Amino acid sequence: MTRGKYLKCLPLVILAVAGLFIAIGVTRGEVEAVLEKAVNICLECIGIG
Amino acid sequence: MKIRPLVQSLVLLGSNAYLKGFMGGRIYKGPLKGVCVPGLNCYSCPGALFSCPLGSLQAILAGWEYSFSFYVTGLLLGFGAIFGRFICGFLCPFGLIQELLHKIPLFKNKRAIKIPKFFLYIKYVILAVFVVALPVFAKGEFGVGYPAFCKFLCPAGTIEAGLPLLAGSEGLRKAAGALFLWKALLSAAVVVGCVVIYRFFCRVLCPLGAFYSFFNKISLLRIDPDEVRGTFCKMGLNPVLEVNSLECIRCGECKAHAKRRFAGRGSSAEVMANTTEQIIHSA
Repeated sequence: MTRGKYLKCLPLVILAVAGLFIAIGVTRGEVEAVLEKAVNICLECIGIG
Repeated sequence: MKIRPLVQSLVLLGSNAYLKGFMGGRIYKGPLKGVCVPGLNCYSCPGALFSCPLGSLQAILAGWEYSFSFYVTGLLLGFGAIFGRFICGFLCPFGLIQELLHKIPLFKNKRAIKIPKFFLYIKYVILAVFVVALPVFAKGEFGVGYPAFCKFLCPAGTIEAGLPLLAGSEGLRKAAGALFLWKALLSAAVVVGCVVIYRFFCRVLCPLGAFYSFFNKISLLRIDPDEVRGTFCKMGLNPVLEVNSLECIRCGECKAHAKRRFAGRGSSAEVMANTTEQIIHSA
């Protein structure tokens, strides 16, 4: 495979991996973990915790 | 109106559209908070409708439940593979805030101020140490760590969330101590840095920009080097030689500038050859 074709394919491969990761994360319940953190005031973020 | 400021403004307003939060010193608690935006936008900002990818990543890495976040890493990989640092130029609310700060006419000869090149690597150290290593490894006896970048460094948290929330809550004001003072001083220094130097935080400190920069050469959305001429770049790059480099935020100002300046001066390739020749001679 030439370098040009490799560079064209690489983002698509990364996108496929990204999709797979997101699917795994969703099934593991990570969205709920993100939501749980985000719906409460993050004391570290505001400089208190 | 130019497209970029319009897109930036819509992203800033769209991701912070919970206006009720600003009135009552509260934050949005709905299901949209389960989704991360691509840019830096603190999820404790009273107006924030979505989550910050850096805050979410650190929160999961620092928790006891998961040792790796597939969800947030997948989102970041996806954003990077499609956009690269186009996100910094168009889709980052804190990027727009920095650009507005830079418009404050407080200092003369802003263009003459250059950032030493090694400063540009600080953001990669922050990404490795504060966003990944400390949340993963610095854990207490119950296996819970802390989001080190948010806690010690992030000026977006202090400016977008800390100040409005503290202004609206006496309880939070009483709880603020040395850590808040440190973050406030650091944020003030970043604000001054941004007034003096165009996108100072993006260039030197932002770990999210550092992550996306790895995708700049391969992402689906790139700037065609043939459309770039001249030497105009607000990020201090040489557009002809460094377009799509790690530091390029794809703002497209070099293209727009080239269109205005080189209109009717022959083909793109001819002008580019002349410009490159000039650069080589001046070096």
